[in-house]
Amino acid sequence: MRKVLSSAWLGIVLLFMYLPILLLCIYSFTDSSTIGAKGSISFQNYRTLFTSSEMLSILGGTLLLAFGCAIISTMLGTVGAIGTYYSKKGLKQFVTTANQIPVVNADVVTGFSICVLLIVVLGIDKNTFIPLVIGQVVLASPFVYLSVLPKLKQMDHHLYEAALDLGASARIALIKIVIPQIIPGIISGFLLSVTLSLDDYFITTYTKPATFDTISTYVVNATRGSHTEIKTAFWALSTVIFIVIICVVLLGNHLSNQKTSEENDANDI
Amino acid sequence: MKYRFTRKQLCIPYVAFLILFVILPLLVICYYAFTNGEGRFTISNLTGFFSSQNTIGTLAYSTLIAITTTGVCLLIAYPVAYILAKSKLKKKSVLLTLFIIPMWINFTLRLVALKEVLTMLEGNLAMYPFLNTIIGMTYDFLPFMILPLYTALMKLDDSLLEAAYDLGASKSTVFLKVILPLSTPGIISGITMVFLPAMTNYVILDMMYNSTYIMGSLIGSYFNAYDWNSGSMIAIVLLAIIFVITWASNGFQEEKSNRGALL
Repeated sequence: MRKVLSSAWLGIVLLFMYLPILLLCIYSFTDSSTIGAKGSISFQNYRTLFTSSEMLSILGGTLLLAFGCAIISTMLGTVGAIGTYYSKKGLKQFVTTANQIPVVNADVVTGFSICVLLIVVLGIDKNTFIPLVIGQVVLASPFVYLSVLPKLKQMDHHLYEAALDLGASARIALIKIVIPQIIPGIISGFLLSVTLSLDDYFITTYTKPATFDTISTYVVNATRGSHTEIKTAFWALSTVIFIVIICVVLLGNHLSNQKTSEENDANDI
Repeated sequence: MKYRFTRKQLCIPYVAFLILFVILPLLVICYYAFTNGEGRFTISNLTGFFSSQNTIGTLAYSTLIAITTTGVCLLIAYPVAYILAKSKLKKKSVLLTLFIIPMWINFTLRLVALKEVLTMLEGNLAMYPFLNTIIGMTYDFLPFMILPLYTALMKLDDSLLEAAYDLGASKSTVFLKVILPLSTPGIISGITMVFLPAMTNYVILDMMYNSTYIMGSLIGSYFNAYDWNSGSMIAIVLLAIIFVITWASNGFQEEKSNRGALL
């Protein structure tokens, strides 16, 4: 009985989380413009998604911004974490606290404060994309820092000293010894940065050039109007994103399973 | 002599970045919150906030929305996290991933999906603005509540539960005296993940046709009106709320770790 009840609860919550997305996926393959209405099968939404120049430029802009900001955030956060890890206590305390601010702060406040500093006080032109990129890096790099730090704590520190003793320069020792040991943290920080940027609405709205739109800002503006064609094209986009994420998750699961089974094999030996 | 950098010098760019783009913006909004349009010192923004019925009403409404959302998320997520943490299924990690996946889909696209379904069920979304806002927020933030609760409940030592049962405790006593206190850190971090976004994420309200303002909407409207001074004051109020929440949750966690050290 208990087992049935617990499974039922998990089922209900999963239904709540997935029913809207799944319905949207199904209706994206029809010519209906409201969910629940009758329609016939059509690929018009996908045609609009992949051929309309407006759609393509939004998609391209969003992805370019996400990956560009993720690369900057990853470099900044990783190097920052390494440097801070070896710094004196006071500085470490400062970085730990300052790093926590964008993490706990509301995105609206972060976006607004960066907008006030860069655009209002310093007068930087929004159209240069500088405020937008800085805003997103402020959002993402603390998370890179937080995902690299635990790997640094687990690292074998004698290897770095040994490399220096054997005549490696600090730069070589860093690239060949430190980075390979913390690479899992760097990768997860990078992926986190990409998702944060793709998901962001508030920082983007407050710092973006007026004519530039990401998926988030465009969807929010589009739902205020009633452009049916674009509206249903977003259903197709949701379907594509959903399928891509499922594939990435399955692949990731498969890889980590393989890794653990290899480790188990090694343990058996 | 060739210049050799040491490892600690690597923190210079990040420290400079944090000072310039994290600390400085906050100082700038503090300055703006306490000056008027001509740059003269004033506390009228502050007194204006606390004497206007509009802004106080907004603060109350956002608190109501945030408390309700956090409560609903907690009630839904706690059993989910507990069942997942205690299940002996081999594929547990797959099941957990299913609950986390929605976090990776753009939240505006997910809200569009929810909105379509709610429109199908209710006909006109504007009929139940409060209910729909809570549903939308719960839909958006639920994974952020499940994950920390799951992490906390995974650490729960089963032998403690067995000991409690052996000593004659009833199921409800075990839950109230053992499971709940030990999962408090998870509950606290879940609350901090959900409460503040619920006070500020005005996109959810807009999409659900809820025309009542929350704190985030105020910043949005001052931003659209180029009123940096009043907007900064709202940001300061929100920062104060964040500070209180963080301070309170740190208090909880420190108490915990002290206790752990004593044991």
